Amino acid sequence: MSSNSFSYNEQSGGGEATELGQEATSTISPSGAFGLFSSDLKKNEDLKQMLESNKDSAKLDAMKRIVGMIAKGKNASELFPAVVKNVASKNIEIKKLVYVYLVRYAEEQQDLALLSISTFQRALKDPNQLIRASALRVLSSIRVPIIVPIMMLAIKEASADLSPYVRKNAAHAIQKLYSLDPEQKEMLIEVIEKLLKDKSTLVAGSVVMAFEEVCPDRIDLIHKNYRKLCNLLVDVEEWGQVVIIHMLTRYARTQFVSPWKEGDELEDNEKNFYESDDDQKEKTDKRKKPYTMDPDHRLLIRNTKPLLQSRNAAVVMAVAQLYWHISPKSEAGIISKSLVRLLRSNREVQYIVLQNIATMSIQRKGMFEPYLKSFYVRSTDPTMIKTLKLEILTNLANEANISTLLREFQTYVKSQDKQFAAATIQTIGRCATNIVEVTDTCLNGLVCLLSNRDEIVVAESVVVIKKLLQMQPVQHGEIIKHMAKLLDSITVPVARASILWLIGENCERVPKIAPDVLRKMAKSFTSEDDLVKLQILNLGAKLYLTNSKQTKLLTQYILNLGKYDQNYDIRDRTRFIRQLIVPNEKSGALSKYAKKIFLAQKPAPLLESPFKDRDHFQLGTLSHTLNIKATGYLELSNWPEVAPDPSVRNVEVIELAKEWTPAGKAKQENSAKKFYSESEEEEDSSDSSSDSESESGSESGEEGDSNEDSSEDSSSEQDSESGRESGLENKRTAKRNSKAKGKSGSEDEEKENEKSKTSDSSNAESSSIEDSSSDSESESESESESESRKVTQEKEKKTKQGRTPLTKDVSLLDLDDFNPVSTPVALPIPALSPSLMADLEGLNLSTSSSVISVSTPVFVPTKTHVLLHRMSGKGLAAHYFFPRQPCIFGDKMVSIQITLNNTTDQKIENIHIGEKKLPIGLKMHVFNPIDSLEPEGSITVSMGIDFCDSTQTASFQLCTKDDCFSVNIQPPVGELLLPVAMSEKDFKKEQACLSALHLLSKPRNANRNE
Amino acid sequence: MIHSLFLINSSGDIFLEKHWKSVVSRSVCDYFFEAQERATEAENVPPVIPTPHHYLLSVYRHKIFFVAVIQTEVPPLFVIEFLHRVVDTFQDYFGVCSEPVIKDNVVVVYEVLEEMLDNGFPLATESNILKELIKPPTILRTVVNTITGSTNVGDQLPTGQLSVVPWRRTGVKYTNNEAYFDVIEEIDAIIDKSGSTITAEIQGVIDACVKLTGMPDLTLSFMNPRLLDDVSFHPCVRFKRWESERILSFIPPDGNFRLLSYHVSAQNLVAIPVYVKHNISFRDSSSLGRFEITVGPKQTMGKTIEGVTVTSQMPKGVLNMSLTPSQGTHTFDPVTKMLSWDVGKINPQKPPNLKGTMSLQAGASKPDENPTINLQFKIQQLAISGLKVNRLDMYGEKYKPFKGIKYMTKAGKFQVRT
Repeated sequence: MSSNSFSYNEQSGGGEATELGQEATSTISPSGAFGLFSSDLKKNEDLKQMLESNKDSAKLDAMKRIVGMIAKGKNASELFPAVVKNVASKNIEIKKLVYVYLVRYAEEQQDLALLSISTFQRALKDPNQLIRASALRVLSSIRVPIIVPIMMLAIKEASADLSPYVRKNAAHAIQKLYSLDPEQKEMLIEVIEKLLKDKSTLVAGSVVMAFEEVCPDRIDLIHKNYRKLCNLLVDVEEWGQVVIIHMLTRYARTQFVSPWKEGDELEDNEKNFYESDDDQKEKTDKRKKPYTMDPDHRLLIRNTKPLLQSRNAAVVMAVAQLYWHISPKSEAGIISKSLVRLLRSNREVQYIVLQNIATMSIQRKGMFEPYLKSFYVRSTDPTMIKTLKLEILTNLANEANISTLLREFQTYVKSQDKQFAAATIQTIGRCATNIVEVTDTCLNGLVCLLSNRDEIVVAESVVVIKKLLQMQPVQHGEIIKHMAKLLDSITVPVARASILWLIGENCERVPKIAPDVLRKMAKSFTSEDDLVKLQILNLGAKLYLTNSKQTKLLTQYILNLGKYDQNYDIRDRTRFIRQLIVPNEKSGALSKYAKKIFLAQKPAPLLESPFKDRDHFQLGTLSHTLNIKATGYLELSNWPEVAPDPSVRNVEVIELAKEWTPAGKAKQENSAKKFYSESEEEEDSSDSSSDSESESGSESGEEGDSNEDSSEDSSSEQDSESGRESGLENKRTAKRNSKAKGKSGSEDEEKENEKSKTSDSSNAESSSIEDSSSDSESESESESESESRKVTQEKEKKTKQGRTPLTKDVSLLDLDDFNPVSTPVALPIPALSPSLMADLEGLNLSTSSSVISVSTPVFVPTKTHVLLHRMSGKGLAAHYFFPRQPCIFGDKMVSIQITLNNTTDQKIENIHIGEKKLPIGLKMHVFNPIDSLEPEGSITVSMGIDFCDSTQTASFQLCTKDDCFSVNIQPPVGELLLPVAMSEKDFKKEQACLSALHLLSKPRNANRNE
Repeated sequence: MIHSLFLINSSGDIFLEKHWKSVVSRSVCDYFFEAQERATEAENVPPVIPTPHHYLLSVYRHKIFFVAVIQTEVPPLFVIEFLHRVVDTFQDYFGVCSEPVIKDNVVVVYEVLEEMLDNGFPLATESNILKELIKPPTILRTVVNTITGSTNVGDQLPTGQLSVVPWRRTGVKYTNNEAYFDVIEEIDAIIDKSGSTITAEIQGVIDACVKLTGMPDLTLSFMNPRLLDDVSFHPCVRFKRWESERILSFIPPDGNFRLLSYHVSAQNLVAIPVYVKHNISFRDSSSLGRFEITVGPKQTMGKTIEGVTVTSQMPKGVLNMSLTPSQGTHTFDPVTKMLSWDVGKINPQKPPNLKGTMSLQAGASKPDENPTINLQFKIQQLAISGLKVNRLDMYGEKYKPFKGIKYMTKAGKFQVRT
């Protein structure tokens, strides 16, 4: 019955009562006296009846009233059984309201909540994606631990749903499940990993949010998706953008080396010089220098720049902090304009932005100096905004602008907002200490303020003058005298204490005044504030030491007064001073040094910005705003000394290959992307491909809608692949096949080298191809992305799914050197035939003007294939995978690594390859026989097979001492190709030469190993 | 992210609460009330308040505090911007955002909030999408619903949610196709005592009301796009196109929206269209002060200045004022010490003038600062920065739309120090 007492309590609020009254009158059986227990009970009864009625309208009415109760924070939990029955209602509005109710109360009524679960499970299979999604939402929002397994299952299913909207909801559900049961973390990470690969812009933000919540430390999950996220960023909804940008900032700080190296200045200048030019030049320029920015690093910085124009302040701030934390210092300047724009926004936005600007302006004044006037204070600003603006103005003050600023400050000092006026005086003090030229001016100005009529202003001035004088050893006798006079009028304790302290410190400079002041103070001692009393004692002590003749009696009088003071601090101080300064027989050695103790040179206080220590927090975070580490704050790591392996970000080929779709099935994201870059795109695509252009026009809405369908159908294939590319792929596949039949070139370095002296013509072609690709890359990001996809060979998807990643840093670097325009995404690179490639390999080594480069496999799947299952192998298990390395046994061979496992409890001896049943032409280099394999032991051997560029199966026998097992290896096409870097122009040229492609007449362009 | 939302009215009552995760007791708002008390004025309540277990982020609009409760680190602007979006949505739905309106529509409010956030993370904030999910209440629809039993809740996923143009719904149809654009510029300025400009900036926006059938693709070009120093766009604007050609190319959302906001910075010379002559003096000895202001046109390019209002916060020492305006009406509130003078149109031949005396507290010393004068005005048919729209073209649809452009200049934060 808590509900009753609850609502009874609320009757005190008048508004509440009328509200209830309204409700009551609108019901069928009005319960007039709403304040009473009984009637309230009746009212709920009445709701129950309505919920149980057959009419939807009555139910809806009841639900609306219940939601009204929830909204007001009233307890409606006793209606749970009645409400939960309606969960399967056909009426969508009732259903929604029941959902609202369930989510609110399920936690309290766990058993009853279980009744609704089956409805949701059914709804999860509904053909309507909205219903599926909302069922998942509610199911995951019901915080009932028992249903964790059901939720887990639902999330897993939904994460593979065809509708990106449902997948987005799955990403949200991950966080909910995690907070309900953290034990599920591992499983959830798997789902996150899967969803991270999702190409839909709808999902990206939500899944990154889930990532941040569940496993922010698993940065390795991001590697493969990094480029995709960078490229999708513009099209993600704004909230997702904020989350992704924050995450990528953290990522960048762990993965890239600092762009703020020594010699930054120099480089910066150069960069500025080039900035007007296109990016390429800048890059070439930079490459010559010891520090080269990782292209991925550059990609992030470049792709976030347009977001500075976002209408969402949070996005702008996120980009600003990204620039601040990870871009070269010279480039961070562009954010100031956007941040200043945000100052026009609401008070709350201003508050946060100003705080961040304050922190930035301490470190890099130059950034905001041009906008000095935007920080001028208006009398209508709220006080907190005023003080922040003042703070920024102080940080920006320098010799050049200080005179203008001081004039502005004069206006502020006169402000009616006295708190603000006091802050201004502090500010003037800080300017005076920071800028030596104006110290005297400021001091004079402050002294003038001493005659101000407002006490707060005077008091603040006194305190600031005290600090200023302390910093200056110069004589300021006049000012001190002036302040001594003020003692008669001023009443603010801090100010009085400050004056007394000043006089005490300088008592030898004002020998006539000091004793007189002490006399006056002695008179008023008892009525002073504690703070002032302490300073009177100090003054007395100091005078006693310097001028004991005049002040001895006075001091003793004061000490006597202090001895009987009510405050124990003052009694303590009195006792201490007496022992120290008044010589008596007991006083020890210390009293000899009393003068030194009291009149020692004191260090001047430092007037510092309160924002000085905030820079260790990431800008734009809650922690920065509060200057406290908030729960869940993720530290921004320092730049690594050496960049971690950049190749981990190389895009997975399978994934891209998987995305291959028949021409015409244009994809959603791509069209969205086109939205912002279609002009170039259109021109480009028209000449670059002979295929249909579904994407160039796809910015139009109808297109988008049709896309929507197709993307739903083929969620696994979701991507921004366009018809043209897939067309190309078709061709390429064809080529490859022809090649495979014609030649027996597989995978060998020797062969490549041998071929490196082949025709010049192929060389020329390849060079042109590279040129063209550089063009396209400069044109637009999306273009380069699609470029990268051209390389993907769709068939690889079957096979490449999992081999250990393998990287060759050296050649990657080479690639960079020779391919100055390589965009970060372009790593999967158009390929040439092995022969052509081989030429270039040679060239690559010799000269930097090389036109084509064989790249390392950008990624090597870790997936292994079963060669021999342990069941059929009597305990011997064999797996193989393609390491995608040049085979050491022969240039035509594909290298294969076989891992042998002994799963028995006995030694297996003499493992070797027995009889080989190879198709004609195929050759095989076997591994050396293995003498013995210990139980549970495993051994990896490598062998080479020349598949003659075909996908024919190589069958052979794997023998042990006792048995022989027939096994076979069939290479997927992708494993027969070699990765080659090629620019688009080159590619096009090459492609042009392949006009007879469909006839399979010129197998030049077949590739091996991607 | 966002755990809960509390709506608090100016008298400190929590009149709506919504939780997206487990329930947070409303007692958490006590910390907020404390801060509110300390701040004295609503404007000064800090937007971020830490409490032992939660953080309270609030925005204050339409005399309502929207307090979001969060538990872990989150970019504060994320929450603040979202709360503002919530307010905008309410305004969009109900016309006004006030306590009684929210109370009357509590079910719709709840449904909307439910759609806007899922587990504290924004789900649908685009008003076009929301309106498809939950139809805004209109009198007609309420009547129809009660008769037919249909609901305000859509049962299909809004098409925008999945399309490349999430801000526009499909199947829009109008009989009169029209597109109106309002170029509105606000002058923010601080003028000093002597009448010289301390700082002046122009903040402009282009608000659009587009009611076009189908999927129109619009381009808007300017005569002098270089004027725009810093711009921020509605997500529909193609950024690349702007970068390269300085043309606004976009598929518009349906209905009213803000296409663009821009900034013409202080560096460019900003023409100040009005002058204010003032003579305000307090005398130390007497309890009377003199007060006189004249407002007149300066650089108006031949347009009339209208809607002029002058407000000024008088110092505390002023007890009352007896003034006579040459035109318009004036009021002085002796409690808040706020003087406001509704001037109306300015006749260049006869600049309006307000003159009289102030009675000061006897015996008190004279205030050491003269009051600041805040000015509001409007100039129709003029964009003070000189921005001009060149042409508007439509592609993608066959019909001929009716197009219109309106210019207006307003005072933003326009202050004259005296």
